[in-house]
Amino acid sequence: MKTFLRNLTFVGWLSFIGIILVFMVAIFAPILATNDPMETDPLRRLSQEEGFPLGCDQLGQCVYSRLIYGARLSLIIGFSARLSALFIGLAVGLAAGYAGGWLDWFLMRIVDMFLAFPSLLLAIAVSMVMGSGIKTVVFALAIVGWAEMARIIRSAALELRSAEYVIAARTLGASHLRIVLTHILPNCLPLITVIFTMGIATAVLSEASLSFLGLGVDPSLPTWGGMVASAKDYMLRRPELVAYPGLCIAFLVIVFNVFGDELRDILDPSRKGNW
Amino acid sequence: MLEFTIRRLSATIPVLIGILLIAFIVLYMIPGDPAQTIAGPRADAATLARISEEMGLNQPLYQRFSSYLSRIYHGNLGDSAVSGKPVLESVIEKLPYTLKLAAIAMTFSIVLGILAGIISAITQGRWLDRVCTVFSVTGISIPVFLSGLVFLYVFAVKFRWFPTSGFRADNTLMPFILPAFTLGIRSAAFLARIVRSSMIEVLNQDFIRTARAKGLSPARILFKHGLVNALIPVITVIGLDLSSYLNGSVIVETIFDLPGIGRFAMDAILQRDYPVIQGIVLLGALVFILVNLVVDLLYAWINPKIRDEMLGKTAR
Repeated sequence: MKTFLRNLTFVGWLSFIGIILVFMVAIFAPILATNDPMETDPLRRLSQEEGFPLGCDQLGQCVYSRLIYGARLSLIIGFSARLSALFIGLAVGLAAGYAGGWLDWFLMRIVDMFLAFPSLLLAIAVSMVMGSGIKTVVFALAIVGWAEMARIIRSAALELRSAEYVIAARTLGASHLRIVLTHILPNCLPLITVIFTMGIATAVLSEASLSFLGLGVDPSLPTWGGMVASAKDYMLRRPELVAYPGLCIAFLVIVFNVFGDELRDILDPSRKGNW
Repeated sequence: MLEFTIRRLSATIPVLIGILLIAFIVLYMIPGDPAQTIAGPRADAATLARISEEMGLNQPLYQRFSSYLSRIYHGNLGDSAVSGKPVLESVIEKLPYTLKLAAIAMTFSIVLGILAGIISAITQGRWLDRVCTVFSVTGISIPVFLSGLVFLYVFAVKFRWFPTSGFRADNTLMPFILPAFTLGIRSAAFLARIVRSSMIEVLNQDFIRTARAKGLSPARILFKHGLVNALIPVITVIGLDLSSYLNGSVIVETIFDLPGIGRFAMDAILQRDYPVIQGIVLLGALVFILVNLVVDLLYAWINPKIRDEMLGKTAR
């Protein structure tokens, strides 16, 4: 951790601070928000009254408060989607890479199938079958995201399988499960950290796209993607209502992408420069 | 090469069947009785039973799957639940718009991406490289719907260079430029990253040093020796882009009001027209698999070393 912080470049620090900032906003949303983000009032429609720092949207909801609470939803959905994807990806990737043989072949064909579907359309299809809601979006994004993780973890496990210390442990009579959990998994951790961080950016983007299309969580909930979608109908009168949530999405995605990039350069120098 | 082709194909066929299975299961899991949907809410039990019988809904699942497979094999993707038109027919009708969009987007992507990647690689670490990197990170991080709306606002509403929306039958190039730019700039950002790192790697190789020692001009080294070798990984990226354009077209065609596949999918989603959605998802997956197959074969054909590596790796 110490060496890690020392190796962080200036840009890396900026992105790190950016991530902390978004987390702070999400955690302290009730304190930072000036109004109830869900309270509508037709009289305040698209107005700029006092007490509403960024004015009101087409339903008279406080734009600023919705942005603040939007950080919460983005982070919650992004993290839970990626965690779920990571667990499936880890199980499949480690099993395939360590076992090799027909199991590897079989699991990788399943991964190929999931990679082949157009991700946004698959997420849409899943959320249509399950009905809207936070759980649905998380599930849909996990379904879309796990295969890529499984593939990356599998190739790492495949390489580690023939490492000398693994063979040594095997000769000493360690069980397969023990080898995977105590030798292979810990050595995959840097890689996992990197793909997890970068994956958050992807998940946030996908969630925003789903919300933008009206297929994400309940539209009355304050999501940035949903805010862009409803503001676009009033874009000619109030273009800034598209800009605020849009910039929030871009900011969150940029900080996670840059930080993930930085992590990769430090933890996994062999893949430097590749995404 | 033959061994490689056979191996690659044998990995593709199970994936194809698996994709059909997934698509079938998703359709099967959709809430509501399909017979009820067709018969309408006030149909009596006898009519429902007859329609179920006709549609083969009473058969066991594996039989329904096999008849589904043979239906797909004969090019029948089912009929739209809303218009009753065959899905494949509508798709073929709308495909040219999306293809045109994808072709222009890809042109933008390749030109901008490769250019930015090369500039980045040869000015590595200097300010021009930094500028390119910032653009590329931003391009990757901004959602398509946002850049689409921004371009629409700036170039169509403020500057009036392009039509805001609405596609007219005269089918000119203009309505496609902005949406294609929106899609293209995102993949250009990805491409620039790959070209940059691949170019830097190639420029550090021995044969580049030899070429330099021979006294060849920098431009000749860069384009003849560097670029040709650096572009090989780019083929893969361009192949992947094709698939991402289908995702992107759902959003971009909705924003810019183009009557392509993406718009068709979005309309079907809003109307809960499941056969259409399933058909489009399936086609998207099929196109992805075929494109990847072609890319991999092309890749192996261009570079025998990679072929051997892949064979060694695929020898599981």
